[in-house]
Amino acid sequence: MTTAEELRGKTRELLAAHPPASTDRLDFLRARFDAGLAWVHYPQGLGGLGAPRSLQAVVDAELEAAGAPDNDPRRIGIGLGMAAPTILQYGTEEQKRRYLRPLWTGEEVWCQLFSEPGAGSDLAALGTRAVREGDDWVVNGQKVWTSSAHVARWAILIARTDPDVPKHRGITYFVCDMTDPGVEVRPLRQITGEAEFNEVFLTDVRIPDSRRLGAVGDGWKVAQTTLNNERVAIGGMRLPREGGMIGPVSKTWRERPELRTHDLHQRLLKLWVESEVSRLTAERLRQQLVAGQPGPEGAGMKLAFARLNQEISGLEVELLGEEGLLYDDWTMRRPELVDFTGREAGYRYLRSKGNSIEGGTSEVLLNIVAERVLGLPPEPRTDKDVAWKDLAR
Amino acid sequence: MSDLLYAEEEEALRAAVRDLLTDHCDAPGVIARTESDTPHHRALWKALTDGMGLAGLLVPEKLDGQGATHREAAVVLEELGRAVAPVPYLTSAVVATEALLACGADDLLRELATGTTIGALAVALHVAPGTALRTVRHEDGLLHGELTGIADAAAADVLLVPADDGGLYAVDAAAATVTPQTSLDLTRPLATVTFDGAPGRLLGDAEPAVRRALRTGAGLLASEQLGLAEWTLTETVRYLKDRKQFNRPVGGFQSLKHRLAQLWLEVVNLRAAARNAADALTTGEDVDVAVTVAQAYAAPVAVHAAEEALQLHAGIGMTWEHPVHLYLKRAKADSIAYGTAGAHREALAHLVDLQAP
Repeated sequence: MTTAEELRGKTRELLAAHPPASTDRLDFLRARFDAGLAWVHYPQGLGGLGAPRSLQAVVDAELEAAGAPDNDPRRIGIGLGMAAPTILQYGTEEQKRRYLRPLWTGEEVWCQLFSEPGAGSDLAALGTRAVREGDDWVVNGQKVWTSSAHVARWAILIARTDPDVPKHRGITYFVCDMTDPGVEVRPLRQITGEAEFNEVFLTDVRIPDSRRLGAVGDGWKVAQTTLNNERVAIGGMRLPREGGMIGPVSKTWRERPELRTHDLHQRLLKLWVESEVSRLTAERLRQQLVAGQPGPEGAGMKLAFARLNQEISGLEVELLGEEGLLYDDWTMRRPELVDFTGREAGYRYLRSKGNSIEGGTSEVLLNIVAERVLGLPPEPRTDKDVAWKDLAR
Repeated sequence: MSDLLYAEEEEALRAAVRDLLTDHCDAPGVIARTESDTPHHRALWKALTDGMGLAGLLVPEKLDGQGATHREAAVVLEELGRAVAPVPYLTSAVVATEALLACGADDLLRELATGTTIGALAVALHVAPGTALRTVRHEDGLLHGELTGIADAAAADVLLVPADDGGLYAVDAAAATVTPQTSLDLTRPLATVTFDGAPGRLLGDAEPAVRRALRTGAGLLASEQLGLAEWTLTETVRYLKDRKQFNRPVGGFQSLKHRLAQLWLEVVNLRAAARNAADALTTGEDVDVAVTVAQAYAAPVAVHAAEEALQLHAGIGMTWEHPVHLYLKRAKADSIAYGTAGAHREALAHLVDLQAP
């Protein structure tokens, strides 16, 4: 097994061979990938060394101290957090070699074509059709809530390949080329005024069978890997005290004594306590993962994160009083990065409304906790043995 | 960053305490005892202390203690909370012991560490760390006056009494009159103690000793509250899987599933907060914030868990014979013990500079 010392040695070798100060950013990132120091828990030859995941911190610390460039992970979150683990688990050797390196270096941005106007919480009911024609699949349908679609080179896509079997069984998972002429990306403007997401229309898009991930009809199973990783990515960030949404409002409270009221004080203190406890729970979860004892706690992190963001930003708008009646800017924009705690209080209030919807609604997540963690009976299922084409819609 | 997990030895300790409680502290027994003349479970206390040495966890080895830490004491309290065990562990082995540690009262520490002597800090249970205390009058070496709301005083052999001269005095319980009060929490009964010229031995300054004792009590109470909340959740989930109405398990109704999932989230959070407080008390780092955060969070969660357990058990939950009321009463009393959540939030406002208007 790889030790921290060995990783430190390898990292120093990389830095010696490619001094960050005099190496092109992309060249450095490619060299880092090839040295197995991109994500050390990945296999050798695919950016890793088969080392324990917890040792990544050792590499990152060395590289940061040396001023090495990173791969700007926030810009390529969907690729890193969702596409990569899925490709690693279900891709062929050829697919892994083709996709993972430019994905990790950020040369190729990825997006996710999952949700549809008619398939939200019930994602498995999706209707985008993929029909086999020779060595290709021909895809038609509409996807929605696709972030980064306008800058993406590739998409992970799930589509219906067999409408005659129950919904979970007739789905297949593909890698879709976003430069295909049949792919049309339109901005989807949100309540914040900006368009961080897109609608994607797929018209006779041809996908070679070699870009299928997993077996035909196994797409739902493959998608579970993607979705589990999404929830970890959304709820699992490590923060210092006052590091999240509670930070800006605490700052305003300290700097603007004239805004304080007794009612707001009580509510602020309650939310401060809940934020701190939530941060401790995230830290405990992280310690469990490092110790190799993953617990079910992760299932709840996103629920807490969504509710706290909403309540805190709501309190902040109220605290601001007269200024809370204003909004910074309604101009339609297409931000490259999403920052839940960015911009002004009004934006934070509106954007955080999405936190309990994106990546699984809070209602669905509560069902998941109740059924998978507490073992309570599942919801009655009327669609289990019905062919997809016969479902109510 | 604090260590929020349980070490292997801590899990072993938990297993041993749980085994003992399973054998000697079942719910019907606890319910029957509440209305007897001896609300405290003396045989269980003997097993926990004589048998396992748990009264001495916080006492150094050179004073016949175990030289363990607040992390281990917290695990014991989780288990005692799960069983609503009527033993004076928090009051004697934690709160009174901390006051004696602050005073350097080695002789009494030796006695408390073995569990043969039970101590009680004569400060009303609702008092938050750092707030004003009621005292008795000290005159010519004798104490005069009355103190109310003293938890587990009926079981105590020695009372640690703050007096009006600023001193903390050790008083033989036999030299005071201890009158049980009818208490909301039947498993941690309160009493009035009256001193009518009782001889007391000066241990040291009351203020720092009491502050330290109450702060530790508040911090570790969160672990007891975790135990209470965990039992109520587990038991309610078990019952709702089993209980059938409308030809299906009641636990399959979505409105109830969501309430239980919500409760589970609160218990998960409470575990992190309680572990953080126990670890902070052990390392001495960031103790005030860790304790106030834990108490501000724990009290409402334990009460919510017990109230939900009662409602979701419905009819059977309202009966004297079902143990859920023991947990409700303990959780509600705990939400006042060593300061309410509101009192801890007020303290926190100063600690993290979020001042009131």
